[in-house]
Amino acid sequence: MMDSLVILWTDALVFLLLLFVGTFGVYAAGKEHLRGPWRLVVRSRVGVSTLVILSFYVAVGLLDSVHFEPSYLADPQAQDRAQSTEVVSLFDRLVLPLRERQEKTYSAPLATHLYAKENIEQSDGTMIRDYPRLQYGGAHLADPARDWAGDVLRLSLIGLVKGLLVTLVLANILFALLASRRAGGFAGVAREVLTGKGEIPWRSALITLGLLLMVLLWAVELSGRYHLLGTDKVGEDVFYQALKSIRTGLLIGTLTTLVMLPAAILLGIMAGYFRGWVDDLIQYTYTTLNSIPGVLLIAAAILMLQIYMSNHADEFNSLVERADLRLLFLCIILGVTSWTGLCRLLRGESMKLREVDYVQAAVAFGVGHFQIIVRHILPNVLHIVLITVVLDFSGLVLAEAVLSYVNIGVDPTMNSWGNMINSARLEMAREPVVWWSLLAAMIFMFTLVLSANLFSDVVRDAFDPRLRSSR
Amino acid sequence: MIAYIIRRVLYAIPILIGINILTFVLFFVVNSPDDMARMNLGMKRVTPEAIENWKAERGYDRPLLYNAARQGTEQLTNTIFFQKSLKLFQFEFGVSDSDRDIGYDISQRMWPSLAIAVPVLLVGLLVNITYALLIAFFRATYIDIWSVVLCVVMMSISGLFYIIGGQYLVSKLLHLVPISGYDTGLAAIKFLILPVLIGVVGGIGAGTRWYRTLFLEEINRDYVRTARAKGLSEGLVLFRHVLKNAMIPILTGVVVVLPLLFMGSLITESFFGIPGLGSYTIDAINRQDFAIVRAMVFLGSVLYIIGLLLTDISYTLVDPRVRLS
Amino acid sequence: MSDTLLKVENLQTWLGSGERPVRAVDGIDLEIRRGETFALLGESGCGKSMTALSLMRLLPPAGRIVAGDVYLGKTALLELPEYAMRAERGGRMAMIFQEPMTSLNPVLTIGQQIGEAVKIRDGGDRRAVAQRVVELLHSVGIPDPVRRVGEYPHQLSGGMKQRVMIAMALAGRPELLIADEPTTALDVTIQAQVLALLKELQRQTGMAILLITHDLGVVAEVADRVAVMYAGQIIEQASRDRFFDNPQHPYSRKLFQSLPDAGKRSRRLAVISGNVPPLNQVFTACRFIDRCDRAFEDCEMAPGWTELAPGQGVRCHLAGFHDAVSIVELPEAEHTPVAAASGPGSSQGPLLQVEQLKVHFPIHKGVFKRTVGHVRAVDGISLSIDPGKTLALVGESGCGKTTVGKGILQLVRPTAGSVRFAGDELTRLKGGALRSRRSELQIIFQDPVASMNPRMLVGDIIEEGMKAQRIGRTAEQRRARVTELLGQVGLPDDSASRYPHEFSGGQRQRICIARALAVDPKLIICDEPTSALDVSVQAQILNLLKLLQNSRGLAFLFITHNISVVAYLADEVAVMYLGRIVERGEVGQLLAAPRHPYTQALLSAVPVADPRSRREVIRLEGDMPSPANPPAGCHFHPRCPFAMPRCRERYPDLNRLADGRQVSCYKVEHEES
Repeated sequence: MMDSLVILWTDALVFLLLLFVGTFGVYAAGKEHLRGPWRLVVRSRVGVSTLVILSFYVAVGLLDSVHFEPSYLADPQAQDRAQSTEVVSLFDRLVLPLRERQEKTYSAPLATHLYAKENIEQSDGTMIRDYPRLQYGGAHLADPARDWAGDVLRLSLIGLVKGLLVTLVLANILFALLASRRAGGFAGVAREVLTGKGEIPWRSALITLGLLLMVLLWAVELSGRYHLLGTDKVGEDVFYQALKSIRTGLLIGTLTTLVMLPAAILLGIMAGYFRGWVDDLIQYTYTTLNSIPGVLLIAAAILMLQIYMSNHADEFNSLVERADLRLLFLCIILGVTSWTGLCRLLRGESMKLREVDYVQAAVAFGVGHFQIIVRHILPNVLHIVLITVVLDFSGLVLAEAVLSYVNIGVDPTMNSWGNMINSARLEMAREPVVWWSLLAAMIFMFTLVLSANLFSDVVRDAFDPRLRSSR
Repeated sequence: MIAYIIRRVLYAIPILIGINILTFVLFFVVNSPDDMARMNLGMKRVTPEAIENWKAERGYDRPLLYNAARQGTEQLTNTIFFQKSLKLFQFEFGVSDSDRDIGYDISQRMWPSLAIAVPVLLVGLLVNITYALLIAFFRATYIDIWSVVLCVVMMSISGLFYIIGGQYLVSKLLHLVPISGYDTGLAAIKFLILPVLIGVVGGIGAGTRWYRTLFLEEINRDYVRTARAKGLSEGLVLFRHVLKNAMIPILTGVVVVLPLLFMGSLITESFFGIPGLGSYTIDAINRQDFAIVRAMVFLGSVLYIIGLLLTDISYTLVDPRVRLS
Repeated sequence: MSDTLLKVENLQTWLGSGERPVRAVDGIDLEIRRGETFALLGESGCGKSMTALSLMRLLPPAGRIVAGDVYLGKTALLELPEYAMRAERGGRMAMIFQEPMTSLNPVLTIGQQIGEAVKIRDGGDRRAVAQRVVELLHSVGIPDPVRRVGEYPHQLSGGMKQRVMIAMALAGRPELLIADEPTTALDVTIQAQVLALLKELQRQTGMAILLITHDLGVVAEVADRVAVMYAGQIIEQASRDRFFDNPQHPYSRKLFQSLPDAGKRSRRLAVISGNVPPLNQVFTACRFIDRCDRAFEDCEMAPGWTELAPGQGVRCHLAGFHDAVSIVELPEAEHTPVAAASGPGSSQGPLLQVEQLKVHFPIHKGVFKRTVGHVRAVDGISLSIDPGKTLALVGESGCGKTTVGKGILQLVRPTAGSVRFAGDELTRLKGGALRSRRSELQIIFQDPVASMNPRMLVGDIIEEGMKAQRIGRTAEQRRARVTELLGQVGLPDDSASRYPHEFSGGQRQRICIARALAVDPKLIICDEPTSALDVSVQAQILNLLKLLQNSRGLAFLFITHNISVVAYLADEVAVMYLGRIVERGEVGQLLAAPRHPYTQALLSAVPVADPRSRREVIRLEGDMPSPANPPAGCHFHPRCPFAMPRCRERYPDLNRLADGRQVSCYKVEHEES
């Protein structure tokens, strides 16, 4: 039974990005001016706490970015499944039960019955109209009315305790690691961490990690037997959808930047450094692009993409591939609308830098333009690039939701928080309200965006010398 | 000063031309009118006649740039580029798929858009500046710290949630105002309250935080120390000195978006069923009505450029350093 | 004691919290009498500004007063609630700051800003306020005050802005004016105006002035009494004359010795080795111990205050031993020039010959940005430098002297004129040809912070020029040379693997010198290389430059406004005014007997660190005109006390006088013929 690896375009870019970040990390480790601010970031309590949460998101996103075509040779159901979804990810494998246990239609979080009445055939052949039992959610309960509360409570407790235990184990491993690297012994290190005395606020990291693990294992316990966040219209688990949406959100937030960075950096620095007609041309380009309101440019571009795709439907092997290309295209077009801000910043900064004494000194040594840009200008604008990248991230994640709502976001078949909200919105008029899709998407998005915002604040404070001096 | 404004106006012309060409390429070159027709008619019943018909109805049956079949200037004017793209400069937007004059629709629909966008801007500005001043007054205290946390939290909530949550809470649970809809004249007010309120609340996080940064930046300047050395009270220092300097970036930031207020807000309008330009655009996108989208792209760009122009002018008005140099 | 106005006891101000706050002011006692000028003298970072801000209770958010008492008259200032303190600020005590450019609110007219201060004191009658504003502007010598009331700060020159600041301070009729480096940002001729104004206002109003400065010359000029601050403490206090006659503390003495002047030309300047100790510690020993060449065992214990006479005291264990302090000076090594440098290629002719150099920057205006005029930053300058010699280019800010340097280096392409360097016409060289000549001409900038890329290691910084000029074939050779150069400029070997920010200002300037030397230049353009440095550090750099000149036969074009540095270092001097050279000659001759009226005024305005030098200050009226629109005829005539009708018509030629110097002035021409 061999699964053949499938590398989608965005997957390739994700790993390129990972490589890029890794290389930059190695480069930065050797440069004090880059290492210093990062040290400030990991010494901030908010910094480490948000890092823990962000790493959870990143881990899910990365797992979800390893795709393969499963071979269902041994699987009798292979035939019909291979039709609908041909490509699955490593993450899908991990949470296979979530993916497979589909109900008929809506059910509330942790419910045992469907949300809509149906005609049910009783054992005696009569038909009554009632809420039917769910096929999977709470199926193990003999009498839901009686056992449900106790079961949920029991599972919750088990989950929380497990989370606590894992945290304790991890904490001890951390103490041991720290103790092996410096003096003070295990107890000393543990005391230092727990009282929050050390330079790196391990305590905050541990608390955040503990809370995260407890919630996670609680969710794992419950979603093993129930639909933790309910099911949607076609009966798909909402918790699963929300988790799958993480990749989309992260991708929009990062790939967009990756796509726009080369142009923004190159053109921005060139405009500021060379001035003259180069500057005029670049300024003209970005003013023109910037003049078209972003949403409309995206709308127009996506409309055009839709036309192209519907006319060339045969070029795409699968729905997944098609949705993936649309996501990539969305990133590119978002990049086109958002590179101008960074470009303008870099232009201004380069313009200042080219007059600075050390650049003048380099000119006086007969150093060439290329060398000056690489050695003097680029390293001194890098912090601006970094700050912009981090600041833009959360805005892009939020933008995805809005765009998907307007139908110019990611493909409707793709899991994304925007699509979840979009589909949930239609049900808000229902009585009683179907609220869980909306809430699930909001909670996941809010956690990510809030962490990213707090993290970017810490990063900006650490990297922006002007702000640092005013404190 | 006048020479400066004229120069800025002249500078706008090549940009408008650039935008025009860009939209032309996007709408007619990337995909041919045939593709559009096929898409719009649906794959099933595409016959060459149907496509020709569709194109003829919309005037897309002309050549793109050069009409060899005509004589004289018609060779250039009787083309898609001239008819569909260059005519935009005259604000001739043509006819939509539903056979309505786009120019007329726009002139009708911009008022509801303004009715929401203007109050949101003004009330938002007032609320944000007041709050930011308050934070600046209590800087480096717990009020400051928790206000910033509040702002970040508010910034992190999706705008969609404000709308959905607001509609649910105010309209559905409390029944204070209708969920959506619009009316003419003063009767519109009850439909406007909620969208305006939500617009303001949704903007507090980012706005206040930005203004706070501006204020704090000014507070650290030397002239503030001079003002204190004169014996001015902290309130006077903030109001007379800091606010006045910080208002320069705030005002010019507002001026950029002033013309764009006409465009309305896509999301708010479609959620609240307000017949403004925002919902017009969304409907057009969903119906794939290219004529309207094209018109809105161009209109939006023109308004943005007017905004840039106004910004340049407002700088010269607000900042004495620019005015007199 | 009724004439004591301000009494400060054991004032302590800390900056920052945490475990190691910076003890910026660490126990200061002083008394200021009514109507006197009390100078607080010290180098940067000694805590003198923090002292002033503490007195006004205007500390930045990170600062706090942790102990001490301040009495203004009978009022204990530190115990006043904030609202009562506000009444004192701008009332009985006022303050002016170092940077008049940033200290005024850019969006309010000066009338509004002064009016504000008036209104607080005199109430809100609008007409009375307007009246008083005009009066105040008039009293600080601002011409045409009625019109100026409606102007914004950016329309005024630096000197005018400082006058506005003073007017604002006078609004509350203060008894004490705290002036924090009031003239440091100004040119010498303007400095002379402002100092004279302060003196005059003091005479009229009888206010006391607490003058905070680093300039011994300014102190000698205006102070009645002096206190010297070092590392957060006052280490010496005396009346001006006693202080200048016989400074007691070793630090004070060293300060005097490190001042450059003509008399020390052949000697090394005395330097104070090392740096001011960081103030985030508790001192047990004397704060000066590491830098003092008279330190002995007792100095391991911090010395107390020794009162030598009423109003005179010193914080030093040697204080009691009057004569012991003037123990033998270390013999100072003579500066011996190497036999007139004769590197290869140095023929008889000058190394650098500049003819009629012009650098004009176009002014664009109108719809199509037509060029409507030019800023004539450099407007026809000729000069020449011989190998191994130093030419000093002297002038006030805005006269175009920096642009001359950049024009010679082709960092700014000249509009016209020729720059011949060792036989090559630099203005015609382009691209690679120019690049390959760049090793012979180098530049050192004023600001040692801005002149090094903060993202590069010192080693890479020094190596950069070598790489560009292909000096040293292998990385090892270059590395070896970097080490050698670091040694030559007196920095430790391991400096190469550190970042610029780890060094102090003086050390950074040494690195910049090493960088310039790396490519073996024949001429170095020094653009105000010491004006960002403290006097004691300046001496180190000057010594180094002189040493290098002697050992390597370097020629210097020394761009500066500091006359005493010129006197110490230069062979020849050229004085610039508004883009042109007005006088040029041999250094001793020119400084001793300047001929051009501008040179005369400039030299007379320089404060001398000797209260007995009773020289006549020729006070120039007004400011330097804009180089975009220079006056017709002689550029200097609107400010010249000797202007004749001719001067308004034609610019006088630069004529060679009998004694060899060149002057461009009709009056001089007239006297000579």
